[in-house]
Amino acid sequence: MINKIVKSAEEAVADIFDGAVVLISGFGEAGSPIELIHALIDHGAKDLTVISNNTGSGHVGLAALIENKQVKKMICSFPRTANSTVFPDLYYKKEIELELVPQGTLAERIRAGGAGIPAFFTPSSVNTPLAEGKEARIFDGKTYVMEHAIKADFSLVKCKAADRYGNLTYNKTARNFGPIMCTAANTTIVQAKQIVEPGEIDPEIVVTPGIFVTKVVEVTNPEAESKLVAEDRRYPCQ
Amino acid sequence: MPIIEKKIGWDRNQMAQKAAFDIPDGSYVNLGIGMPELVAGFVPEGREVIYHTENGLLGMGQIPENGKEDPELINAGKKCITAIPGACFFHHADSFTMIRGSHIDICVLGAFQVSEEGDLANWSTGKPGAIPAVGGAMDLVAGVKTIFVITQHLTKNGDSKIVEKCTYPLTGKGVVNRIYTNLAILDVTENGLFVRELAPDVTFEYLQQNTGARLNQY
Repeated sequence: MINKIVKSAEEAVADIFDGAVVLISGFGEAGSPIELIHALIDHGAKDLTVISNNTGSGHVGLAALIENKQVKKMICSFPRTANSTVFPDLYYKKEIELELVPQGTLAERIRAGGAGIPAFFTPSSVNTPLAEGKEARIFDGKTYVMEHAIKADFSLVKCKAADRYGNLTYNKTARNFGPIMCTAANTTIVQAKQIVEPGEIDPEIVVTPGIFVTKVVEVTNPEAESKLVAEDRRYPCQ
Repeated sequence: MPIIEKKIGWDRNQMAQKAAFDIPDGSYVNLGIGMPELVAGFVPEGREVIYHTENGLLGMGQIPENGKEDPELINAGKKCITAIPGACFFHHADSFTMIRGSHIDICVLGAFQVSEEGDLANWSTGKPGAIPAVGGAMDLVAGVKTIFVITQHLTKNGDSKIVEKCTYPLTGKGVVNRIYTNLAILDVTENGLFVRELAPDVTFEYLQQNTGARLNQY
């Protein structure tokens, strides 16, 4: 019998090893799997390479993971956000690496990783500093740069509903990177607001087919990052 | 005592109104963060425009009423928004397929500098040590069919943002089609910059004096 449901966030992240490459869903706080990230802080794996659009805010979630010195490198499109000081402070001290990627290139690199495509050509970033050192080719008179796929050891994703097969639906613009990140990791770990019986999600509206998902944990009342930041909360609590 | 010059030209809302007037009925439009967001408020009656936000929504609506904000329904600037009836959500690869596959008709962006050849610099001032952040700007200029820039004509220091060659790192080369400033509307053409419209009380000579690139008249 296939049953991808695990009992706790702690159990879900237990296999993440030092030096792992980890995709983390979210665009700002929307779609950020904050309970899985906090479990990863408790777990303590370090020297991680994290791929996420931003770098978190305040001192919770992704920002707290970075503040806890578990991340050696961030791959993202926009490392600044309102209330974001943790990443900038470490970056200025040269204690964290940054690979800056145009947002569409980031999405496509992840999509390609999930689809078994090792690299692709795109016009984004041509004639800019972000194309320096990259192979360029001309197709039909227009210049494109080659970008490599992103494959990860783990992905941490937040969704709305899941069943034991790992079929997922998402909530509004919290979907963002979730579906593509599910496809591009060896182990995909999902926190779902609700676990439902197989068949309760109409097959016509499944967004992520269960084949892309490894583990699902139910987090019924996930914390809202902006609320924690407004309350100046920290993780781990001090 | 220096003579204080009367401020001439359009204000931000008037600039946004000018840009909105040039968006045809039925367009799919992506608005950048900041002044471009104002454009949505000035679309002329009778035109239907669908707004795309690159974090996964086609059919972005007004900002929500107080107390009805949903932190999982946001725009690219991470502000709470609403979705219109008939809106749809999608993931990031689909969203950037719309952008990079040239399905979006018009994008309105801000600028640090625009060159006479339509080069755009709007993501980094290239200051050493500053944390670079690019977001979706490079994808938008590479893929969207028509790029409008909306910007003050001069920087706070009085330097022209319209230049012969950008000195800041580029977002894209030869990508801008039209520029809306507080002083004029400029078209970027193969033969250089052409003045499409002057703001009230702005003369061509005044505009040329305040522009770091050669201007042409139609």
